[in-house]
Parts: sequence; structure tokens; C-alpha cells
Amino acid sequence: MDLAFIIALDVLNGAASLVLLCLGLAIIFGMMRVINLAHGEFVMLGAYATVISANAGLNIWIAMLVVAPLFVGVVGIVIERCLIRFLYGRLVDTMLATWGLSLLIVGLVTTLYGNTIKGVPTPLGGFSVGAYKSSYYTLFLAAVALVMLALVYVVMRRTRFGLVARATMQNPGMAATLGVNPSRIYMMSFGIGAAITGLAGGLLAPVSGVVPTMGAAYVAKAFITVVGGGSAILAGTASASGLFGLINQLGSYFTTPVFGEVILFISAIILIRILPQGISGRFFKGSL
Amino acid sequence: MLEVKGLQAAYGRIPILTGVDFSLREGEYLGILGHNGMGKTTLMRTLMGHIKATGGSISFDGRDITRLPVHERSRLGIGLVPQGREIFPSLTVHENLRMGLASAKKEDISVIDDVLTEFPRLVRLLDRSGGALSGGEQQLLALARCLCTRPRVVLLDEPTEGIQPSIIDEIIETLLRLKQKHGIAMILVEQNLDFIASLSERVLTIQKGRITREIMPADLKDAAAIAEYVGMTMS
Repeated sequence: MDLAFIIALDVLNGAASLVLLCLGLAIIFGMMRVINLAHGEFVMLGAYATVISANAGLNIWIAMLVVAPLFVGVVGIVIERCLIRFLYGRLVDTMLATWGLSLLIVGLVTTLYGNTIKGVPTPLGGFSVGAYKSSYYTLFLAAVALVMLALVYVVMRRTRFGLVARATMQNPGMAATLGVNPSRIYMMSFGIGAAITGLAGGLLAPVSGVVPTMGAAYVAKAFITVVGGGSAILAGTASASGLFGLINQLGSYFTTPVFGEVILFISAIILIRILPQGISGRFFKGSL
Repeated sequence: MLEVKGLQAAYGRIPILTGVDFSLREGEYLGILGHNGMGKTTLMRTLMGHIKATGGSISFDGRDITRLPVHERSRLGIGLVPQGREIFPSLTVHENLRMGLASAKKEDISVIDDVLTEFPRLVRLLDRSGGALSGGEQQLLALARCLCTRPRVVLLDEPTEGIQPSIIDEIIETLLRLKQKHGIAMILVEQNLDFIASLSERVLTIQKGRITREIMPADLKDAAAIAEYVGMTMS
């Protein structure tokens, strides 16, 4: 019983991390159709922003929840203005450019901070269930994931910016005809996607080894989750994160963590084979 | 209010507009009649700014807008109801109308209620998604959405294409009412002779990318003359 509870917590943790990792990509790739191969590096920049500002004496919560998203959001806007905005609708060029960008960011961070693992202690401490131990931080991650899902939903569904953003992604020419400056909406959406990704990096910093190359571990996972989720960015991301989190954690538990990842990728391939439009192409039709 | 001089536009190297000249008066309904492929839609898209002019000039209220981006032309008061209507399919009808308020500083929903009094047919469809509407309903929605931007001139591109006759009559009545009430000017591009004759005060014919002549709406009844002016035979 205790074991089952701990495994359930692990699954929750896996799903919550995936939601956080993917939500930004769901906006940048799912909504804006930009294949951002530097997504993992956005996560890494968020983690570095957190570690460096926390080690400089800043409160860890502010470092994770404020500094990381703000910093990566600004980086995202600069990248959009200098690079991405010339490449909308050019799939292959975008992939090449963002891949180059990811190498550049890794190189820059390595030059500045070296190739060593940095870290911050995990806040909040732990609790035990029978003979097993878990940490409150797991529950905190799950709570933040839920809050972020709700926040993106409210912004997209209930605000004027959300309406204009959804319309612009569907038909930028018509949005411009109605007086919207599409270039500005694209810039802001990209910035928001980057900021959410930076937040994910900040939140994962205490529970993962922070190195310049850490992004590589996330980028593939994030893409298969967004593709597996399909066109509804929220319902799709949430359901795919839940499903893949479950598969990954159970696979890891019954075999090894490495094999758990293998099982995750195999099941993603099978899912895409059965549901080419993703989970939300079949279920949750018409939802956000 | 709108002055077009020697306007040229091209798709790549293929010239489509080869020098269009005309002017539009405040509150005037101007029809432009032409065959498929004569440059009607290109003219509308160039006036709106979707296609860059390769020569000539467009001025609006005396201000040169030839190089202005689309959204700024819209904010000056130029509205386009494009061919194919371009409703946002996954937004509801009401959200589509709200997009008409997108460039206003504050979103004033009463503008939508105001516009809807002219389009009673849309009222019961407000919660439907735009993609689920029939062609005629979408055309009404596209027009209503354009009016929500409070335009001073509306560019209307082939509104009758693929639309049931009852809605065509409805559109004619609505447009005539708008002219009386708000003094909106309109440029109407069409192949449908009845439609263009019942709305326009002046009709220009366009052929091979330039305006070839001006005819009076009454003359549109004369099928033989039209065939000669426009280069198309009427059935």
C-alpha cells in the first residue's frame, strides 16, 4: 500500500514535470508552428538563472518563480526579434537556425560557467510513508503545473490578448486586416512560451543536475509530448503529459530509469501511429 | 477620400495591375466589374496592403498610404471583406465579431450589439463556431466583423460568390441601409451584374489590370454593351 502510494507520487511527479516542460513548447510549437530545437536550452537557461541568483544570496523561491521566467522570457523576445521572426513558415530553416542557436547557447554558458554540475538544495524537505521517503517538493511541482495549466487556459480563453493570439495564429493576414499587428502578437506569444519554459527550468533546477548540456535530455521528450498531445495545446499537453509520465515512471520502476525512457519513446511512436493527429485530434475536440 | 494613381502590382514577375487610376468620394458606393483574372482581387488586396504596390500611389484623405502596413491601414478606417470570407473557423461567431474590436484601445462590446441590429440573422448564432456556419451566414458575419472595426471605407470582394439568393438580397438591403445611416463609402468588386447594379452609383470596368471605362449602373441592363466593355459574354 505504501509502495503504491509512493509510485503514484512518482507518476504525479513525472507528469507534472512533463506539463511544465511542455507548456511553453505547446505555445511555441503547437500554436505558432515554430520548431524550436533550442527548447532544451531555454530550460537550461532557466535553471542557470535560478542557480546563479540563488547562490548569489537571492531567496530560492524568487530565483525559481520570478528570475527564471523573466530572464528566459526576455531572452526569448530578443531571439524572436533577431532570428525567429524572419523564419515564420520556413520549417527547415527554423530547425537549422534554432539548432545552431542551441549550440551557441550551450557554448556560451560553458564558456562563462564551465562544464561542471551546479546545484541548489531542494527546498521544503521530505516526509515518509511507511518505509519509503518522498519530498514535499514533488507535491509543489504538481501544484505549480496545475496552476500554470489554469493560468494559460484563463489567459487564452478569457482575455482579449488570448482571443487576438488565437485568431492571429489561425489567420495572421485576416487579423492584420482587422487592425492587429501580427508581428507584435508573435513576439509576445514567443516571449510567453519562453518564459514558461524558463520557469520549468527554474523549478527543475533543485531536482536535476544543472550543466550546460542538460537541455538535450528534455528537448526530445518535450517534442514527443506536444506532438502526442495534438492541436489542443492545453488538453493535449495535459493528457499526453499524464500518459507519458505514467508510462515513464512505471517503466522505470519495473525495469531501470534508462529502459523507462526507451519504453516512453516506443509508446510515443505507437501512439503517433494510432493517432496521427495526437490525443486531442481524437478526444477533446474543439477544446483549447 | 481615396485616390489611386497609376497603381501597379505583380505576383513575382507577373504583372497583374498595370496602372489603375480612380478616385472614390466620401460616402460613395463604387462598383468595379470585371472578368476572372482581370485583377479585381489583386486590386483589393493591394489597396489593403496585403500585396505590395510595385508602382503608383494610393492616398487616403490626402495622406500617402502606399507603403503603410496592413494593420495601420485598417486603423485609419479601411476595412476589407475578403473573397472567401476568411472567418476564423475555431472562434465562435461572437469571438469573430470581437476580433473586429481588436485594434480599439478599449474593447467596447456595445459596438457589437450596435452592428448586430443590422444583422438579425447572426444573433441566434453567436455561440456557434465560425466554421460551422453556411456560406451565406459566413458572408454576413464577415461583413459584420468588418463593420465592428468602424471603417470609413469598406472593400467588398465578390460577396455573392457561392451564396444563396435570399442572403444576397439581404446583403443588398443591409448595405443600402448602412449607406443611408452611417455614410460609409464602399468599393465593390463583382461579377454579379444585378448585385453591382443595385448598389453602385458608378461602375468602372477593369480589364487586363487597368480601368477601361466608366459606365452608369442603368447601362448594366444592356447585355450587348457590357459584353463589349468588359470582354465577357453574359448569359
